[in-house]
This record gives sequence, structure tokens and C-alpha cells, in this order.
Amino acid sequence: MDLRETEAEQAFRAEARAWLSANVPQGLPSGDTTEGFALHLEWEKKLFDARWAVVSWPEEYGGRGASVWEWIAFEEEYYRAGGPQRVTQNGIFLLAPTLFEFGTQEQQDTLLPRMANAQDLWCQGWSEPGSGSDLASLKSRADKVEGGWKLNGQKTWTTRGAFCTHLFGLFRSDPASERHHGLTYFLVPLDTAGVTVRGFARLDGDEGFAEVFFDDAFVPDSAVLGGVGKGWSVAMATTGSERGLTLRSPGRYTATVDRLLTMARGQALDDTDVQRLAQAWMDAESYRLFTLQQVTNEQAGRGRPGESSLNKLLWSEMDIRLHELALDLLGPEAELEGPWSKGFQFSLSGPIYAGTNEVQRNIVSERLLGLPRK
Amino acid sequence: MYFGLTDDALALREGLREVLETACTPAVIRAAWDGDPCEQLWKDLGSFGVPGLLLAEERGGLGLDELAFVAAVEECGYHGVPGPLVETLVSMPLASLPVDGSARVTVLSDHGPTPYAAVSTHVLDPAGSLYELTPETAEVVGTVDRSRQLAGVEGDPLPLDLSDEDVARFERRGALGTAAFLLGLARRQLDITVAYVKTRQQFGAAIGSFQAIKHPLADAVVGTEFAWPAVLRAAQALVDGDRDSDLYVSMAKALASDAAYRMSRVCLQAHGAMGYTVEYDLHLFAKRTWALSKDWGTASDHRELVAELLGIRRDA
Repeated sequence: MDLRETEAEQAFRAEARAWLSANVPQGLPSGDTTEGFALHLEWEKKLFDARWAVVSWPEEYGGRGASVWEWIAFEEEYYRAGGPQRVTQNGIFLLAPTLFEFGTQEQQDTLLPRMANAQDLWCQGWSEPGSGSDLASLKSRADKVEGGWKLNGQKTWTTRGAFCTHLFGLFRSDPASERHHGLTYFLVPLDTAGVTVRGFARLDGDEGFAEVFFDDAFVPDSAVLGGVGKGWSVAMATTGSERGLTLRSPGRYTATVDRLLTMARGQALDDTDVQRLAQAWMDAESYRLFTLQQVTNEQAGRGRPGESSLNKLLWSEMDIRLHELALDLLGPEAELEGPWSKGFQFSLSGPIYAGTNEVQRNIVSERLLGLPRK
Repeated sequence: MYFGLTDDALALREGLREVLETACTPAVIRAAWDGDPCEQLWKDLGSFGVPGLLLAEERGGLGLDELAFVAAVEECGYHGVPGPLVETLVSMPLASLPVDGSARVTVLSDHGPTPYAAVSTHVLDPAGSLYELTPETAEVVGTVDRSRQLAGVEGDPLPLDLSDEDVARFERRGALGTAAFLLGLARRQLDITVAYVKTRQQFGAAIGSFQAIKHPLADAVVGTEFAWPAVLRAAQALVDGDRDSDLYVSMAKALASDAAYRMSRVCLQAHGAMGYTVEYDLHLFAKRTWALSKDWGTASDHRELVAELLGIRRDA
């Protein structure tokens, strides 16, 4: 056990803290509206110019080659400084790790720099009206034509689809195939002829969702990521990032708990409040400690199958509990629009997106515990 | 950064597992229920050095740290080692007693009969004294887990010269060790249950294929999986002599108490009526869980301490 940061890690953290405290914008509106998104893009470009947008990436793509420990430290400092949501997250945190693993050199050289500086904005095209938790039942198809593929079908619940420029999605490329066979992972510019995007409002009222229609949309062969028919295994690499550490670093929750404790210090509390506040702190801290153990084990080659589903179950349920507690402390004021009521509504999406928690529980019990599928 | 057990602690746990697989079967626990002090088991633990794990080498112990301690104790919890295991390990550095397994030291209760007093050779009072027991005369109090062997303690204790620092470390180690033991008990109950639901057939299928079984188990696993790093963090805080060690020890005990209790509920339920009998082994581990989740401070007690240490106050 060695919990000390190296001198280099300490210096990295100090540099991040100093820059963030001087530069983090306060009071940005939600990035899930047209106006808000534009303001968030300015912030993303500022992050990129100072090389803080994608710290873990290699320097040639705009990163700092930061270790995973440094990345965790950056995330802690980012949320501690009150940094806003990352509207680029589905590109930089979900697609990018997949591109590094499966992309051709050309795909990496073309796409990663434009993703890092927020020129290309990526959304995820997986769910369909008839395929949510049962993703492998998806029906959108890709038909082989000269020099590329024709895409047809519909994706939906696409986060920030109305504001993004590109989509990474799964399509059935072998019409005779079933379930997770015969799927291909495509990288699609949303201005492609035959692609139509319609935004719609989420539970919290922001236009954060979109449905995306494909009507004989042509994409070249170079739009395939990871090989024709390999879509499922490529996609599963993305889900590991989505459920686990990459998308939801512990710094987000420890920062939320700090805000919660600050709010609680200003008011009288009863025994139940005190117990719940202590539990809130322990939950966020235990998630932080779990991730330190997880990174250690992965680096030692001791990673376990299905482990990212444990992360997802914990952070998503915890996020709701933290916000429920905040709303209880606010009392009648909880109904007013504000950061906690907004955050509460967003937290309710946690057990739904990135694979519902019901699916995660299946994964934990089947992969980690070895229970029979059916 | 390295967050986890050292290779030495992992090896210790592995070695202990091999010993306990034969030395601490459910039959041994059942004997403890009938008042057997399980001297052979303690002798085996003694030849492995377990009672003196935390005792300095120059005093005849293994001189290991709290990380090795939680690793060993968790494994003992998995096997349901009967008797004052955690109590003996944390008492040895305070008392000059043999560490070969012939001395089983329990800790004086401050609120009634003392756990394991009927099967221990000594009782340590952290206020500063040590009793030598004559177990044959002890009157056992009825308990849900009969291996707990609670009894009153009488006699003329010998004074012990304990510093405040000694006692504080002893208390922290006791709560931490109990947290680790609880997670071992939880892991055992999970293993028993996973094996059972894979084979038990109802409605023409293994019941482990049903989401009604899978989902509560997965949730219980989330609880234990996130409690273990808290145990490790608290152990490291004690190794380092951190100012935060009380905070982390209380966090570990609160999380482990709740998680292990939750696991016991889910595992019992997954067994249906099959588990609702003393003939099946599950109850041996469930009942110890119920007792230990309240021993060395309940989850609520420890949450209260966490709140205090975080500066959460009731008045505005």
C-alpha cells in the first residue's frame, strides 16, 4: 500500500489546481440547450488551448500523456474548482478510448485532434425506439455499396445529438445476422446527406435528447471502426468506459458531497440528517477508494470481468441519494429551479443511461458471480 | 500509488486459507456452539503465528502491520473462526501472554456479560487490567449465535500499565478487525449462496438464472465490494499513524456492518426455506454477522463518529 503521490504527480496536481482556480467559469447555463452549448464550447476551447482538455492523451493529439493517477487528480481538481459538465464527454471519454484501441492510424490522426479541440462534437447512436436495454436487438442497417455503406434506420435518446456534429453508432451490416453478430461500428458526420436530427426535451426540460434518422445515408468504408461485423466487441469496449471510471471519476461525487456539507453547516439538523450526511460522505469516499484499488488491480493485471458494472451501480444510486438529501435539507425550497433540483433530475438518468441498472445487475451476477444466464 | 494488500499480506492470507480449510470446518463451529473452546483450532492458529500477528518480533510475535491483520482476519471470518479471534490479536501487544494459541483473550464488556468469556483464558479490561479465567465455572448466557459464549467475569485482575495511546490503538484495531471479519463472513455467505442458487431447480430452471435472485445479490455485492477498500484505507491509516485514522476506522466499521448484514439477509432469502434451519450451515455465518455488526460499535454509532469528525453539527 502506498498512498503517496510522486513529486511529478504533486506538481501536476498543483499546476492543474492553479490554472483551474484562475480560469473555471462560474454560473454557466446548462450545456444541454442551444445557447448554453455554445458557451460551453468556448470553455472547451479554452481548456484545449491550455492543454487541459484531454490530459491523458498523448501530446501529439493535444494531451499531456498523463498517467491514470494524474488523470484522477485532474478530475478531482476540476470538480473541486466547480468546473462545469463536459459537453465533449461522449467523444473524449467514450469514443476516444475506443479509437485508441481499435482505430486505424489514419482514423486516429484525423479524428482525435478535432475531437480534442471541440471542433468535432460526438454523440452516441446506439439506442433505438425498439432497442434500449436489449441493444443487440437493434434494427438500423448498413448495406454494402460501391466504396462504402448505405445507412437506414432510427436512433433515439441520443444525448446532445441536436448540438453535435458527428455520431458513433451501431448498425446491422449483415442482414442475415442475429443479436450481437453481424453488427458494425460506424463513425458518421451528421451533415451527411440522408441524416436528419430532431432534438427533444429530456425530463428536466432541456433539449438534451435527439432522435436521428438515416435515410440511405452514404458513408465511405473508412467510416468503419474496428472492422466489419466486429461492432459488438468494439461497442463493449466503449461501455466499459461509460460505466466505469472514465466517465464518472470519483472527483465529481466528492465535490458534490463537499457542497452538501457546506449547505448543511448553515442549518439545524436532526439525528437522521446527521446520519445521512455521514453516509453521504462515506459513500463518495468509498467510491474514491474503490477506484484507487481498481486502477491498482488493472495495472497489476488483476482486473475482473464485469467490474465496471459495480462502479455504475454505486455511482448512479449514490448520486440520487446525494441529491435527495440535498432536497430534503432544502425543504419547501427544493421545488425551485436551481442547481440541486436540476442535479436531482439529472441524477435520475444515472440508473438508466449506459445500460440500465437492471442490466448492470445481470452483468454483475453473471460475469462476477458466475450465475447462469437463463 | 498502490492501493491494495502487499504481496506478503496476500501470501499470508493464502497460507492461512489452506490451514483453515481443514482446521476450521463447519463441524468445528458447531462444536463451539456446544461450548468447546476449540483448542486444536487455536493451536493450529498458534503454529501459524496468528495470535501474535500484531505483537513485535522481539516479544515473540510476527510483528506484522494492520494490512496483514485485516487480510488474515478477513480469511478467519470467511471460515467463521470461533472464539475471541480479533480480541486476542489486538490484546496481545498489551499483555504478556503466550502466542502459541494456548491463550485466548477476550475483551471486557462495558455493558453486561462479556463475549467469549466462557471459552477464553483471559479477559483484558482496556481500563487497565487483565483477568485470568477458569472457564469451567462460567455461566453461559443464552445468545442467538451460541459460539459467542457470553459470560460474566469475576475475580481479581492484575493491573496492566496501558498508555492512552495503547488503548486508542487497541480500540481502533478492534473495530477495524471486526469490520474485516464481517466482510469475510459476508464473502462466505455469498459463496454458499452462489453455489446453492446455481443448482437449486424450481420452475424447471436453476433459481440463480432468475433476476429476482440475481439483482438483490448484485446489490449486496456492491455493498461488500465498496466496504473492503474502506477497510484497507483504515488499515493503512493505522500503519501510517494518520490523524484521520479514527475517521477511516469508523467508516470501515459502519460500511462493513451494514454490508455484511445486508448480505446475510439476501443470502438467507435466496435459500428460501432451505436456509431457515440450523441443520444447514448458512446460519452459522449469518448469526455471527448479526452479532458482530453490533459489536465494537454499531453502524449508527460509527456514522455518528464520522459526522463528528467531519464537523457536522446539529445546531446551525
